[in-house]
This record gives sequence, C-alpha cells and structure tokens, in this order.
Amino acid sequence: MFSTQTFFDSFGPLFWAARYTLLVSGLGIALGLVIGALVCAAALSRVRALRRFAALWVSFLRGVPLLVQLLLMYYLLPVIGINVPAIAAAVITVGICASAYISEIWRGAIGALPPGQSEAAAAIGMAPRDIWTRIVLPQAVVMSLPALVNELILLVKASSLVSVVGILEVTRASQAQAATTFRPLEVYLAAACIYLLINLCLAGLGRYLEHRMAV
Amino acid sequence: MELSVFQDYGPMLLRGFGVTIFCWLAGTVLGMLLGLLVALAQRYGPRPLRWLLQVYIEVIRGTPFLVQLFVLYYGGPLIGLRLDALPAGLLGLTVYGSPYFAEIFRSGFNAVPIGQIEAARAIGMAEPSIVRRILLPLGLVSALPALVNFSIILTKETVILSIITVPELMYQVQRMSTETFRYLEANLVLALFFWGLVETISRAGRRLETRITRHLIERV
Repeated sequence: MFSTQTFFDSFGPLFWAARYTLLVSGLGIALGLVIGALVCAAALSRVRALRRFAALWVSFLRGVPLLVQLLLMYYLLPVIGINVPAIAAAVITVGICASAYISEIWRGAIGALPPGQSEAAAAIGMAPRDIWTRIVLPQAVVMSLPALVNELILLVKASSLVSVVGILEVTRASQAQAATTFRPLEVYLAAACIYLLINLCLAGLGRYLEHRMAV
Repeated sequence: MELSVFQDYGPMLLRGFGVTIFCWLAGTVLGMLLGLLVALAQRYGPRPLRWLLQVYIEVIRGTPFLVQLFVLYYGGPLIGLRLDALPAGLLGLTVYGSPYFAEIFRSGFNAVPIGQIEAARAIGMAEPSIVRRILLPLGLVSALPALVNFSIILTKETVILSIITVPELMYQVQRMSTETFRYLEANLVLALFFWGLVETISRAGRRLETRITRHLIERV
C-alpha cells in the first residue's frame, strides 16, 4: 500500500538535501559560464590551434557520459596530487561538462547576430574590442538567456549523478531515506516531486525571459 | 598505467558492450515508438487525454533519469511491478526518452506546411491516410536531425543503468576496477571508448541525414 505518511515525511530531509542539488547545479553553471566563454572565444579565434583545442574540448565533453567524467575526475585528481573534497570535484566536473554545451550556445547566439550590427559599428569607427564588448556580447548574452535556463534545468537533473561520489544531495538523501524506512516508492516519488518543483520554477523563469526578450 | 587487466577482463567487457548497445538500440526504438504515439495522441486525441499527456511530458522531462529508475526498480515491487534489472532499465530508458521524442515529432509535424494537409483533405483523403501518406513522411524528414541528436544523447544515458545493476559496459568496468583497484585507467579507457562511440554514431547520423534529405537540396 502507498503510505502517504512516509511520502510527506520524506520531504523534510529531502528539502534539506536540496541545497546541495542547488549548490552543485548553481556553481556548476557559474563555472560553466566562465569556462564556456573562454572556450567560445577560442572557437571563434583566428588562431588555428585554439580553434582545434576548442573543437576537441567540446567533442570530448559532449561525447563522454557525465557519470564517467565524474568518476574519472574523482579518481584522477588524487593521482595528480590534488586533494579536494568530493563536493569540489563534483562541482568542477559539472562545470567543465556544462562549459562545452554553454560555449556552443554562445557560439550559436553570436552566429545568429545579424552581421550588419558589427559592420555598422565598424563603419562608424568603433574599435574591434568595443564592437565585441558593446555590440556583440550584450546582444548574444541576452539572446542566449532562454537556452542557458534550459541548460540549468539539465544541470539540476544531472546533479543527481553526483550522488555516486557520495554527495548528500536529493538523490543520495532519498537513497538513505529509502534504506531506513523500507519504503523506496514513496521516498523516490517525493524526490521526483522536489526535482519537478525546482525545474518547473526554472522553466517558468525561462518562459518569462523568453517573453520579455520577444519584445 | 597498467592496461593488461583489460585483456583478462576482455570477455566480460565485451559482454557489457553488447548489453550497452542492446539497451541503446532497444531503448531508442521503443522510446521513439512511444513518443510517436504520444505525439499523435496529442494531435488527434480528446482534450482530457491531451492534458494528461502534457502532464506526463512535463513530469518525465522535469525529473532526473536516475530518480525515475529508482522509482521503477526499487519502488515498483511495492505496487506489484517486479522487474529484473535489465527489463527495468529498458522500460526506464523507453519511458525517459518518449517525451523528448514526442516533442521532436510534434515540432516535425508542425513543420509540415498546412497547405499540404489542406490539399489532401480537398481531394478527399481520409484522415488516417493523410497521417500515413502526408504528415508522417514529411514530418519525419524535418524531425530527422533532432531525432539523430537525441538518439546520440541516449547512448550516454545508458551508463546510468549501471547504478541499478544492469550489466552493461559501465557496470562491468566498475566491477573490474573494484577487483583490480585500477580505477583511473578503467574510467579513462571508458571515457575514450564512449568518445569514439559517440563520434562514430554522430558521423553516421550526419550521413544518414544528408542521404534522406538529398531531395531537399537545390541543384545549382
């Protein structure tokens, strides 16, 4: 029988664990934005080696499952002499993985800008750097916001995988909860509700941004 | 680096690879079929069914695959759904993929020019044959790149099945590394392997796309 009691009781500890889910996905996207911008710049640069590197970066990180990347990072860091807590390894991996997708989002956004914009800026004598910081980037960032929210939703879901390296986020907490209550169905459904709640909020944010940008 | 362990565990890894490919193919095909049904039901079904399917799409897309698998595999027995790891994994992969495929089909159907369908109605074609002869062929061609793309994403999702002990490649590699303590090498090789697999599949997918959409390219 479905025990509504257990179902509602699990929300307390799972909500508490949700801060790690939010932390990993939030810091992950922040790191992803920074590295993604660098990779995007490399992909668009005039230097061939940089373009090659960016292509390799994107293809590797998009071609390898995140779970494999997580375990690889988890075992690789101590070997090369870096001892960081598991949470840091998780955030770094999620951020690096996200950077590949984000750099492609930005590349797409920059490519979608009408070339007339930067041509006009060049025609009135703006320096190349000013064209980038004042014309291209502001518009590209605004244009890519809905796609970035989408990426954040994907990251919230992907953060369930960091439970494997022992971080007590929603999924890990629900595993523990399921083991103590012997009611996995109720507990995991509660976990699903929490993820759904977070993602519906984010999806609403995405729709709002899209709506505002459509003006 | 100690790579000789891979020789001793060769047969086991090969079996795991087989299971991975099987899960991927079966999950993709079944997920596409379910997604197609959902998309068609959303287009032609009665309003309550359409609402219900919309909720289904939102719930599946809003929750992590891992949590869905846990609900199915560990929670299922409580309501009498007792499945082994492999069937549970396949069912999970099918259900997980279906709303994404449904959305891809929906946008593919929307891309079919309305004039085509109106023309078919005007010459008196019945609705089922409009679906079969106009909507599906045209919609599928425009949905193809997105279908290929999502199938590639599903390749990577199969490793998550290892967490509910489906004996696919990731699971076998994990077993090997706990027995030999070669965690780093094992995961490194696994990463390179998946990289190669995904690159190969996406290349094949691009070729398929150009072949099927050949007639759309204007001759110069």
